[in-house]
Amino acid sequence: MSLFEKFHRIQQIRQELLKTGVNPFHVTVEKVLSPTEAMINGQPTILVGTNNYLGLTFHPDCIKAGQNALAQEGTGTTGSRMANGSFLSHFELERAIAEFYELPHAIVFSTGYQANLGVLSALAGPGDVILLDGDSHASIYDGCRLGGAEIIRFKHNDVTDLEKRLRRLGEQSQKTLIVVEGIYSMLGDRAPLAEIVAIKKQFGATLVVDEAHSLGVLGPNGRGLVEEVGVEKEVDCIVGTFSKSLGSTGGFAVSYHPEFELIRYTSRPYIFTASSCPSVVATTKAALNIIQTHPQLREKLWDNANQLYEGLQKAGYLLGAEVGPIIAAMIPTKEMALSMWQGLLEQGIYVNLMIPPATPNGESLLRCSVSAAHTAEQLTHIGKTFSHLKEQYLPSTSVA
Amino acid sequence: MATNPEILSQLFDILKPFTKEGQRLREETKLVAELGLDSLQVMQVLLKIEDHFDISIPLNNLPTIQTVQELVHEIETLVKV
Repeated sequence: MSLFEKFHRIQQIRQELLKTGVNPFHVTVEKVLSPTEAMINGQPTILVGTNNYLGLTFHPDCIKAGQNALAQEGTGTTGSRMANGSFLSHFELERAIAEFYELPHAIVFSTGYQANLGVLSALAGPGDVILLDGDSHASIYDGCRLGGAEIIRFKHNDVTDLEKRLRRLGEQSQKTLIVVEGIYSMLGDRAPLAEIVAIKKQFGATLVVDEAHSLGVLGPNGRGLVEEVGVEKEVDCIVGTFSKSLGSTGGFAVSYHPEFELIRYTSRPYIFTASSCPSVVATTKAALNIIQTHPQLREKLWDNANQLYEGLQKAGYLLGAEVGPIIAAMIPTKEMALSMWQGLLEQGIYVNLMIPPATPNGESLLRCSVSAAHTAEQLTHIGKTFSHLKEQYLPSTSVA
Repeated sequence: MATNPEILSQLFDILKPFTKEGQRLREETKLVAELGLDSLQVMQVLLKIEDHFDISIPLNNLPTIQTVQELVHEIETLVKV
């Protein structure tokens, strides 16, 4: 049996999906028209599955900053920061992030995925323990594995289960890294962070919060759930991405610990990869500035999130419990979710199709991510289309 | 390594609801291949076992646990710790 034979099952699933007309996991965006519109399958399509929370991908300040950086610093860095040296702009971005969080230390990574890999693998190694929320993103699982620590899951958002598992660890709880997310990507729910911080302090553990989906979204200044809950100085490390609310690519980590800077010398995902290219660094820095100077974007995002959540709720969908920029409609079966996803695309609406095993509790989801750039008309159209699809696929039933 | 009969008996009780009709649990029973558990059910079973024995089974150890007997040995090790 060849090594490639293991892909036959995937090929079979792929063929079955293609028979339905379109592969939901291989969509081609033919032309991007705006932060919320693109050409897909030859027709204008509203994007409501792209995590472009603040709609900054076409902001003139970001475009200009990127163009200037391209012209002045070139297309790429052609190597790692450790070997080739950092550009001044890398350090300037790190300083800007540290100032934004009012914390002394920040490290930039080439992707958000690598930020989790880099930080988690460096913080917890052999002999240490990681307690991670069961619904954590794949980058968190992969980062934990890379470090070689003992990995234990606790029930999603279950503070009692977390406490129980810390107690079971005895003195080892002091060498334990707890990992949670600000907003969870599948259902859009938040970590009970105040309680988690209290438990972490009780057991002397270390806490990392991934704010990938909450940066720019939560908190009076957009600093995420840690700011919203008021625990910024009690969380040991905050990790995040530039690829959602900042409309760029890359990742970062910030911390108050003086030893944090030394991660640069021990983190393989930091050391052995090409650094972010200058234009990406420049657009990220411009977007970070916009987050701080345009709080109205966050207000608009929440207005939009409320409008769409209300629309889908009225249509009879069972949704994730919390209103937020991630709104997930739970669909009874994956076959039905696929059909409805295709129905939405045919009507010019792109959402994310999420099916097991990638989803919590085996749910099938049609996941929307709202943007501040969505217009009221776009959101109304999305709500109406969801409503029509429900009548078509699930007449006289409540989706539950 | 002998299988701890007390843990084995308690484990059989926990696993019983997950067996197919007429299926008899043995020490050699393969947890995924024979019980036909999907990933969600595996996690449910693990949670029940962890709470029952007041232990946490590290994810790192799961690939080496394929049979009931191997699970008993893992539980025994963790209970001793």
